[in-house]
Amino acid sequence: MAQRLVSITAALVVAGLVIGPVTAVLWRGGGFAALSAADLAALRFTVWQAFWSATLSVCLAIPVARALSRRTFWGRSALISVMGAPFILPVIVAILGLLAVFGGNGVVNAVLGPLGIPKLDIYGAQGVILAHVFFNLPLAVRLILQGWLQIPSERFRVAASLDAPVFWLLEWPMLRRIAPSAFAVIFVICLGSFAVALTLGGGPRATTVELAIYQAFKFDFDLSKAASLAVVQLCLGLSAGTVALLLSRGDMLGAGLDRVVQRWDGNRLVDALWISAASLFLLAPLCAILVAGLPGLFDLPSSIWPAALRSLLIALGAVLLTMILALPLATKAGEAASLLGISVSGLVLGTGLFLIVQPFVRPSSVALPITMLVNVLMALPFVLRILRPSVQSAKEDFGRLGESLGLEGWALWRIAYFPRLRRPMGFAAGLTGALAMGDLGVITLFSRPGEGTLPLMMYDLMGRYQMEAAYGAALLLVALSVGLFWAFDKGGRVNADA
Amino acid sequence: MKKTLLTVAGLTFASAAAAQTEVLTVYAPDYFGSEWGPGPSIEAAFEERCGCDLQYQTGDLLPRLLLEGERTEADVAIGFNTDVTKRARDSGLFAPHGLDLSPLTLPLEWSDDTFLPFNYGHTAFIYDNTKSDGFDSFEALLDAPDDLRIVIQDPRSSISGLALVLWVNAVYGDEAEAAWARLAPKIVTVTQGWSESYGLFTDGEADVVLSYTTSPVYHIIAEEDLTKSAAIFEEGHYFMVELAAKLATTDNPELADQFLEFILTEDFQTMIPTTNWSFPAALSEDKWPEGFQDLPMPETVLFYDENEAAALRDGAIEAWRSALSQ
Repeated sequence: MAQRLVSITAALVVAGLVIGPVTAVLWRGGGFAALSAADLAALRFTVWQAFWSATLSVCLAIPVARALSRRTFWGRSALISVMGAPFILPVIVAILGLLAVFGGNGVVNAVLGPLGIPKLDIYGAQGVILAHVFFNLPLAVRLILQGWLQIPSERFRVAASLDAPVFWLLEWPMLRRIAPSAFAVIFVICLGSFAVALTLGGGPRATTVELAIYQAFKFDFDLSKAASLAVVQLCLGLSAGTVALLLSRGDMLGAGLDRVVQRWDGNRLVDALWISAASLFLLAPLCAILVAGLPGLFDLPSSIWPAALRSLLIALGAVLLTMILALPLATKAGEAASLLGISVSGLVLGTGLFLIVQPFVRPSSVALPITMLVNVLMALPFVLRILRPSVQSAKEDFGRLGESLGLEGWALWRIAYFPRLRRPMGFAAGLTGALAMGDLGVITLFSRPGEGTLPLMMYDLMGRYQMEAAYGAALLLVALSVGLFWAFDKGGRVNADA
Repeated sequence: MKKTLLTVAGLTFASAAAAQTEVLTVYAPDYFGSEWGPGPSIEAAFEERCGCDLQYQTGDLLPRLLLEGERTEADVAIGFNTDVTKRARDSGLFAPHGLDLSPLTLPLEWSDDTFLPFNYGHTAFIYDNTKSDGFDSFEALLDAPDDLRIVIQDPRSSISGLALVLWVNAVYGDEAEAAWARLAPKIVTVTQGWSESYGLFTDGEADVVLSYTTSPVYHIIAEEDLTKSAAIFEEGHYFMVELAAKLATTDNPELADQFLEFILTEDFQTMIPTTNWSFPAALSEDKWPEGFQDLPMPETVLFYDENEAAALRDGAIEAWRSALSQ
């Protein structure tokens, strides 16, 4: 009962932190505004591209995750860590990395050209979807890989000895449970796309709702329009969450002895092909970013280090706060509520929080805590997606045992649940930290000079023609994000072979 | 006991001294206050003059001021663009500057009693002069082969992008949409802001980028790279000016006035070119840094005042949107 109360409180806190700021902006703007024909066109494009981006990301992730789950090879765990990097790249860096590979002067065209194959044109809807798959495939792979790792190894052993169809018996039910929620999270992320969609979409055909919000806020100062569009985003996010919950059926597979999975099925060559293709697709742009950033590392001003430290502190604070909120929220309803956080434009959230704190404190004095808070809201949906299945199965598998031994409360968590949650918690913490590192977020509304974060500094350099130094800063940012991700993720995988 | 008393006396004295140093709060965009912008050197020079403490608050300038309304702590705001001054003026948050504008050296008449110009530039297309001979008119750019790759900024999210649609409107008027249709096949993409576009250009992803007439001078002075040029069009270039204004609610009007006066001085103006990479608004050309004096300047300057711009804006953006959406 007490536990239920904590869960409900946490859900209310999250919902309040999202709905509060949106309401504040709406109230200040004087109510709802009518949406224009252009807004509706933007809405259609936004939903269309988010649907295809999420569908492709999840469909491609399934064979890659399966291949990774049943093969062991040298460097596998490092590959899994680095493959996650695109998800946490600052948008502008990712665009430049992708263009170095797929752009007009990119590697792909340099190879295709001499072969007489017509040039690949990245700009258009295909570019938007390509970029979104680049960002989100790693997330989808990790989420689905987790599902595979949860199938008890005994099941595979039994299935193999009976020569039973492993896919229909074991994997399909797992996918039915995991894939819809993975789709929902990615769909909602893609709904918020703006710069990627515009730049790779090749122009105004690729206008998204987020761009309309940006325009309403920065140019027209039309808060009522910005808030109305944010409410549309909220509704879309909520519907995606609800549909995912309804589709996500299938029972847990029951308890195993937590042993390493051994597999006797699958074609080695096919698995190797999937892993190589995914690695090439994800790592080539990252290499381009590395090459572009190396010379700039030596041009970085000394003020980059305090900025990096600030970013690191924001990230660590966000990790702590996210974990505290996430454990009680790891229920179906909690996961749906958390989708609110990423559905709403960060710009509107930031503006709302600004309006709320302004009567009490000087907004710039709370710039870093607010940046942290917004990052927590943005990270929660991913964290819950990662944690909920494990929390649930830990409860189902060990709850009764704990009860019979008289374990409850903290002791139950410490002895029975946490050891089972170490791997997902490490992954979730790493993801939160890395996301918070790279987020430019709401800081532009609040910041004071000399208090910028690393991403803000990167944009400053870029705005002053110092592209080379900016790429150096970007490389530093990526290295710190991936390092943070790796440290947490590794911490969670101590003693675990996967 | 005696020691404690001394300490208390010392502290009281120190805080009294701190209270005497008046603070001038200046709101500015991020690029202005950053260590690579003009902010730090302007701060040092002004503090020397006034014996006060100048503090910047950086971020989104106008949205923030409008959100704060009359509660704002700002005494002065610097870094507006004419395309937003109408919205700013209508808010009633700003007071007249009361300055004599005769020191201005802008290429056009300026008589605004509230918003004071501190630097200017023009929109221009930048190209690599080792790969192209450039374009001497807008017509020549529209007539260029369709495999020319141009990147521009979105007029809905970027000040320079908005200046571009107004520029096309000033040159082509009712034919703007047709002009955009001729340009459309050459536009590889549209970016959210200037930085992304310029990054694509320096990375070789585009041959031509929408930027400013002053962009080449950065490469000349800071990088000794002479390969970037601005194409000077005979039809003229759209004028972009940056402005400062005093808040009506300032609790420090004398200091705010002193800062606005400082903007028109030679001290301030000579700092602008190589920190903000723009033309100073009140400095005769012979005092400009060398690279600036040699820059090719447009003969004709096109400009809509804030009321004209406000009236034309939606139509100009729509012409752009519909031609590029085909």
